[in-house]
Amino acid sequence: MTPLLSVKNVTKMYGDRIGCADVSFDLYPGEVMGIVGESGSGKSTLLAALAGHHAPDRGEVHFDTRAEGLRDTLTMREPERRMLARTDWAFVHQNPRDGLRMSVSAGGNVGERLMAVGARNYGDIRDTATDWLGRVEINADRIDDRPRAFSGGMQQRLQIARNLVTGPRLVFMDEPTGGLDVSVQARLLDLLRGLVREMGLSAIIVTHDLAVVRLLADRLMVMKSGHVVESGLTDQVLDDPQHGYTQLLVSSVLQV
Amino acid sequence: MTDQTGATTSDYNFAYLDEQTKRMIRRALLKAVAIPGYQVPFASREMPMPYGWGTGGVQVSAACLTPDDTFKVIDQGADDTTNAVSIRKFFEKTADVETTEHTQDATIIQTRHRIPEAPLTEDQILVYQVPIPEPLRFLEPRETETRKMHALEEYGLMHVKLYEDIARHGHIATSYAYPVKVEGRYVMDPSPIPKFDNPKLEMAAIQLFGAGREQRIYAIPPYTQVVSLDFEDHPFDPSKADAPCDLCGADHTYLDEVIIDDAGGRMFVCSDTDYCAGRQAQGHRGRLSPEAAE
Repeated sequence: MTPLLSVKNVTKMYGDRIGCADVSFDLYPGEVMGIVGESGSGKSTLLAALAGHHAPDRGEVHFDTRAEGLRDTLTMREPERRMLARTDWAFVHQNPRDGLRMSVSAGGNVGERLMAVGARNYGDIRDTATDWLGRVEINADRIDDRPRAFSGGMQQRLQIARNLVTGPRLVFMDEPTGGLDVSVQARLLDLLRGLVREMGLSAIIVTHDLAVVRLLADRLMVMKSGHVVESGLTDQVLDDPQHGYTQLLVSSVLQV
Repeated sequence: MTDQTGATTSDYNFAYLDEQTKRMIRRALLKAVAIPGYQVPFASREMPMPYGWGTGGVQVSAACLTPDDTFKVIDQGADDTTNAVSIRKFFEKTADVETTEHTQDATIIQTRHRIPEAPLTEDQILVYQVPIPEPLRFLEPRETETRKMHALEEYGLMHVKLYEDIARHGHIATSYAYPVKVEGRYVMDPSPIPKFDNPKLEMAAIQLFGAGREQRIYAIPPYTQVVSLDFEDHPFDPSKADAPCDLCGADHTYLDEVIIDDAGGRMFVCSDTDYCAGRQAQGHRGRLSPEAAE
């Protein structure tokens, strides 16, 4: 089976300091990969490198494109990479303000990707936007409200709708539940889990919240100081941590 | 004292700008004509007028003028408003060229926010004063990003603006500076002309756009395809006030609405003063024409 995303030895340096070093893994279609680690462990750097937001210093990132099979997205021409970014990829930011256009209505936010790939029928765009707002549990009568008028949880759900509307195959999520209170987090996770299963999405989720990966991820990578210290099936890593840092991480979770 | 053209005894170089500056602007103009709709950066000079008063258009006009040219300036269609009068005087003084108010007689027409009603010919140049050349500016504030979007032809965002219009007003409410796609490639801001003028952008005359503060020049060569952006189910509509001109009776021209008393009285007049005067001279009359009122 061809992996959807194949990462080889990705290294990103910030001057003399390590961002992330020698990260390799394969992600298969329909699989959700979690990347956990403390702040500064290089997980967001890695995610940004994979999503093409910045170029790593070394390494290869092969993506299984629809037309030509595995292609290295780092050596790909920029128009092609940006085309991927708005069709087959999605990126959910931790702060919805980074991923939404705050001065554009909810419907416009969802419709932007459709219009970017050539949709030119207002009625169709609006119908699709209404449908997607429903799928992320936002009332259809909020379609013309701006994201500013939404709560944090709604903004995050709107960001997810905006990203998934073109039916991407790979979703990058950077702390999707960060900054939300626990009950909103729970609903969002529920929603994400449903969408991921229903659409057969592959996803890479960066988080420091072990509960999130426990619920969503099939596989797990634990990062520390830019290096991957442990990886494996989620249950295996969380229930039987081998590396000292993973043991510390698992034992640090507060029990209520 | 004579300048190198030998045409004037003014203390200014011909058309104010020095020859090197005019060469620089002409190079930018050539590039702009070669790539229709593409914004060419140029080293805009300080002009003896404030930014926003047409410094870009004046520099383009200065680079195009020859001593044999006849120059016309219009501001919102009118020849007699402050901006038009002062720019016309500026070139009378610094270039000593003929000036006119008649569209047909002019070889170079500098305009602010209108295209003349009378069709232009291949022998004419239309110079626009442009405040903000970047059509994506208010959607994407980063210039680095908008340039990339132009380069990669990523224009989905432009339709987001039109979408927002329809969502809020039920129709595309953008009525001026209506975005167009030039020759199937670059999306361009046609300067703040009313969208009524958009269909006229496909014309026989060469159109040059100068933005002084923003330091950009762009152009539409003659007979270039210019398409106003729209949706399949909300097609482009070049609308105007639904009335005839009250002075010349024209029902096919762009109209200004003028309040004439404090009791709600108003009149519509052609915004193109030269065209309106021409029609009146031919005997056309409107509702409030002096003769009709007698």
